Amino acid sequence: MIIGDYKASYASDEAVFRSWPVRYGFAALLIALAVLPFGASGFIIFLVIQVAIYTVAITGLNILTGYTGLISLGHGALVGVGAYATAVFANWLGAPWWVVMPMAVAFTAAVGLLFGLPSLRIRGLYLTIATLAANFIIIFIIEHWTDVTRGDSGITLAPATLFGMALESDAQKYALIVPIAILAVLFAQNLFRTRVGRAFIAIRDSDYSAEIIGVDLTRYKLIAFGIGSAYAGLAGSLWAYNFLALLPTQFELQLSIVFLAALVVGGNARTLGPIFGAVFVILIPEFLKWLFGFLTPISPTILEYTAPANTIAYGLLIIGFMIFEPMGLAAIWTRFWRYINLWPFSP
Amino acid sequence: MFPFVALRFAAIMAKKWSCRLEAVARQTRGGTLTSSVETEPLLRADGIELSFGGVAALKRVSLDVAPGGITALIGPNGAGKTSLFNVVSGFHKPDAGTLRFAGNDITRLATHRRAGLCIARTFQNISLFPGMTVLDNIKLGAHTHLKTGVLAAGVFWGPAQREEVQLRDEIERKIIDFLEIDHIRKTPVAMLPYGLQKRVELGRALAMRPKLLLLDEPVAGMNREETEDMARFILDLQEEWGVTILLVEHDMGMVMDISNHVVVLNFGEKIAEGPPDVVQRDAAVIEAYLGASEAA
Amino acid sequence: MDIMFVVEDSITGLMTGGVYALIAVGIVLVFRATKVFNFAHGAVLMIGAYFYYTITGMLDVAGLGTWAIYVLGLPLTMIVAALFGAVIERVLMRPMIGQHPFPMIMVTIGLISVLEGVAAIAWTTNAKYPPALVGLSIDFVGGMAINRQMLASFLIAGAVFVIITILFLKSKAGVAIRATASDQSTAYAMGINVPRVFMTTWMVAAATAALAGILLAPLNSLTPSLSQVGLSVIAVVILGGLDSVIGALLAAFIVGWLEAMANHFLGGDFKEIVPYAVVLAIILIRPYGLLGTRDVERV
Repeated sequence: MIIGDYKASYASDEAVFRSWPVRYGFAALLIALAVLPFGASGFIIFLVIQVAIYTVAITGLNILTGYTGLISLGHGALVGVGAYATAVFANWLGAPWWVVMPMAVAFTAAVGLLFGLPSLRIRGLYLTIATLAANFIIIFIIEHWTDVTRGDSGITLAPATLFGMALESDAQKYALIVPIAILAVLFAQNLFRTRVGRAFIAIRDSDYSAEIIGVDLTRYKLIAFGIGSAYAGLAGSLWAYNFLALLPTQFELQLSIVFLAALVVGGNARTLGPIFGAVFVILIPEFLKWLFGFLTPISPTILEYTAPANTIAYGLLIIGFMIFEPMGLAAIWTRFWRYINLWPFSP
Repeated sequence: MFPFVALRFAAIMAKKWSCRLEAVARQTRGGTLTSSVETEPLLRADGIELSFGGVAALKRVSLDVAPGGITALIGPNGAGKTSLFNVVSGFHKPDAGTLRFAGNDITRLATHRRAGLCIARTFQNISLFPGMTVLDNIKLGAHTHLKTGVLAAGVFWGPAQREEVQLRDEIERKIIDFLEIDHIRKTPVAMLPYGLQKRVELGRALAMRPKLLLLDEPVAGMNREETEDMARFILDLQEEWGVTILLVEHDMGMVMDISNHVVVLNFGEKIAEGPPDVVQRDAAVIEAYLGASEAA
Repeated sequence: MDIMFVVEDSITGLMTGGVYALIAVGIVLVFRATKVFNFAHGAVLMIGAYFYYTITGMLDVAGLGTWAIYVLGLPLTMIVAALFGAVIERVLMRPMIGQHPFPMIMVTIGLISVLEGVAAIAWTTNAKYPPALVGLSIDFVGGMAINRQMLASFLIAGAVFVIITILFLKSKAGVAIRATASDQSTAYAMGINVPRVFMTTWMVAAATAALAGILLAPLNSLTPSLSQVGLSVIAVVILGGLDSVIGALLAAFIVGWLEAMANHFLGGDFKEIVPYAVVLAIILIRPYGLLGTRDVERV
């Protein structure tokens, strides 16, 4: 047995990292992430950045869909709003990232709230449909408001600067994006240690009794929409500073579905869920590319099927996990550690 | 952000846990907090009428709940007991009549605001949050008494943590100990047997620091031992916590044993009220329960 | 002269509305019987259209004349689509009967991705042109251009819609479906084979979706993105009130007409966005739709 779960104070019992293996594990992970850009190849760094951006976006979706139970099909478009807001504000103002990013986050949160307004009157299915409609309308506006967004020809922005240095290489961008992502995840984790997060879960589990214990449904649903959209905006902003060029098609419905797939696969209503999910959905296309590259000598045209194969993989992941492991990888992870902790007395 | 957190912190320190009667008195129209809370009934329902699509559920029901006592609401199935509970907790707004709590008119007050007045309730069919642990369910009960906002919550270190640890301490000492549920505090409620779930639901209501506690069939479906435990908890609550209790129950043995005052409803009308031993002998009550022919 | 074009476009819009009604009825049926909102209905429609493309292609290779399209192609497509619907129900939906709606909604969303991907691999993303049931020629009626295929689509869709509605109201299977809709466990207790009801509705929904696909595909072209039409028909279903068949019919005409008008006055791009704007407006103003039951919003 590794861990005896003995606590001497309520503060330590309420801690996030409740035992020394977890604490050291987390510290080791942080150190690994800190030294990674000095050792790893550019491609690995590029992938980790993408995982970080997706993690932020999916964490927002997790707050909205996983914890509060409001299924959103518009999250991808909100990430688009954040990315475009960043590009537009940066180009207009010529301001540094630490001015533009909060502006983009606030703007996205406002757009999210606007589309969250129906959630005050409706529940469940209708809300999902409202977010689906929002997704199409947002993409439509991005495509057609060409004076501002430049529509289908895409928009570019200057790289962010940190200590007077333009962040152009992957390792440089890493230094900006990954720390922000880590802070964002910790913020979300903390949220669910307090009354705010508990109120979200209460609304999901039984809005009837949530009202009885004094949760203002209107207020908290809007807060959930605001925070979820703010995370989408942050992810979009990081996305913009990572790619420095944006197209409306990147944020279409498919992206929202990928986020949902990641959430379901990773495990909704868990802090670790979005991280697992992001790793998974970023690695799948790479894996398929590798696999199909392997098969090219046998079937020369197989690489044409990479895109549809990705689509199928995302869909199958949603379906498979919903039917066989609705709590996702995070649940498997928890079970695994419980087994290890109790070994050799594991059931 | 830091000045903001500091302000929040000051706010938390300034306000101790209390039922914000004053605040609510300001919100309700024409409501003034009377000083005569002790002599007036804690809850007064006056001529409450409620109907669903033409079917009258409550017909001019008036009811006083004396502070500090245990008032039982009994009656055959469909008499309107739960409807009256729903009016008190705010799920149904009555078609006519007024509802006063500690001297304030709360007839139209939003459901979630009544928690701030310290009106707590449990449900006939347990209505816990199944995905959460026992501890989290109970913590949720304290929702209106906590102050942490979104920013402070996300930063956590500082005021939010202090508040959480203090809350945990309160809950452990006052509720978990009292209800003898320390062995299951980290168990998800969905995994608990019925009797324990009922107890956890009571715990959640207690975390609301109730002045008035509505218990909807607290011992329904329980065996004798569980019923005795629950009756003991209810009596302790009244005597030691000073909570005023209004309960609906079909277990007549328990109702007659623990309540000071019994109100009988039948077909949405109040047919009798009084001390338990008087109500027990009331002809109208016997007729309502046993049917006219047998009573005759 | 300009008013003439408006009338012409209005007629086109109403005809499209007929096909929308046919698509919507599948979503409504499945929702009523199984409480599952099928986001993948459009994807099933798209797959059905591809079945039609393949089957008529095989008939063509076999050297049979155009008569075979009607006698063999149409019924075969609908049968294959119905079987496909049965498979979806049996494999994906049956294990989740009685669960919270969240996983079921998620499964249908996942199904969109799977079906679009499968279509792109099996039939490629290049546009296909399956044979139209009626020649694509245009008739002029008193100076107005009427597309024959569109008119035929409207008539066929209308007829099928009426048949399904009558069956739903009068037949024994229809009664079983409605009984299941109002209370699953009671229906079970009364001896209704609930799983069979579920399977029947999925089969009917898939078959009607395939028919709609057959009618729609020749008008433009057939690509995997035809499944998007299913998403815009969601607007019809919501406007109609989710559980009302007649509401869906009414809403289908309204949405079809609004699309045509947006196309006429604002341009083709705005046409795509009409259904979604309608959805948002309806949800904000009247969440239970034109003829829906009020408590549906509490689902």
